[in-house]
Amino acid sequence: MTPILECNGLSKNYGSKTALKNINLIIQPGQIIGLLGPNGSGKTTLIKLINGLLQPSAGSILVNGMKPGLETKKIVSYLSDKNYLSDWMKVEDILQMFEDFYPDFNRQKANEMLKDLDIDEKQKFKTLSKGTKEKVQLILVMAREAKLYVLDEPIAGVDPAARDYILRTILRNYNPEATVIISTHLIADVEQIFDAVVFINKGEINLFETVDDVRIKHGKSVDQLFREVFKC
Amino acid sequence: MDFDANKPIYLQIVDNIKDRIINGDFSPGEKLPSVRDFAAQMAVNPNTMQRALAQLESEGLIYTERTSGRFVSLDAKTIKTTKDEQARNITKKYVQEMQALHYSLAEINTLVSESYTKASKEEQQ
Repeated sequence: MTPILECNGLSKNYGSKTALKNINLIIQPGQIIGLLGPNGSGKTTLIKLINGLLQPSAGSILVNGMKPGLETKKIVSYLSDKNYLSDWMKVEDILQMFEDFYPDFNRQKANEMLKDLDIDEKQKFKTLSKGTKEKVQLILVMAREAKLYVLDEPIAGVDPAARDYILRTILRNYNPEATVIISTHLIADVEQIFDAVVFINKGEINLFETVDDVRIKHGKSVDQLFREVFKC
Repeated sequence: MDFDANKPIYLQIVDNIKDRIINGDFSPGEKLPSVRDFAAQMAVNPNTMQRALAQLESEGLIYTERTSGRFVSLDAKTIKTTKDEQARNITKKYVQEMQALHYSLAEINTLVSESYTKASKEEQQ
């Protein structure tokens, strides 16, 4: 089976600053992976490399066996940590744009999720609250029938009730062969949805284990282990 | 559902579903939700749910019909055995805690009767 993500000796420097150092990571399809690390640890750099928004300084990265580019963008659904949608558009315009842009976009799925979360399609994006904007973006990303979902901080700005709905949305809407990579620092809220977690610190991977192995080996939840490993 | 930090999640799911089978929340022969729906309901990873269901199946509490899904066991004996086991575990834990407080068997019996009578009355009201 081709790994959905394969990094070999992957490094990324910004000028003299090292953001990622010699990352070796193989992720098989059909899993939900937590990408965990403190601020500035390299999570977003890795995510941008997966999406072809940055080029490696050294080493290689393959998505489903291909270098990130046009072909991988067809199979990767990416939730950015920043809003890139145009403020003046209505929610329904944005849906239309996604439908035009991505052949795998499932409009019906998106409509159902919007209805569940009580979001009016006629509203302008500009007039939505910060949390609702985040929900709309997540809906757009999860409504694609992708092979790899890369979610950069999907739950940071929403209230706990919506957080639960979002976790359930992620669980319901990815197909079993697909892979979901979620970066977050709200670990306690989400760790039970992960198969495995990757701890990343100062551009290096210090741990890649299944959630139940963390509990068995360390007698701790992922959240507790994280607090210990990354103690300030 | 909230999970303990030091016990594998799949085992906590096993315990939760076991409790629901024992207390009749899931009746014998009842069809269980699909792995995916069940996982979403409990907000856990589908592979973890799969593992928990496999464990329950190996203990004989649920069974799989190849094309139509998973069902709660119809075997009353297995369910009763599991229930008895659960009752013993709860009792053991309680007795250990009472022993740590240096209570005698007679004193424990009195307290249990007292508590039982009170709970029954409250239930009637």
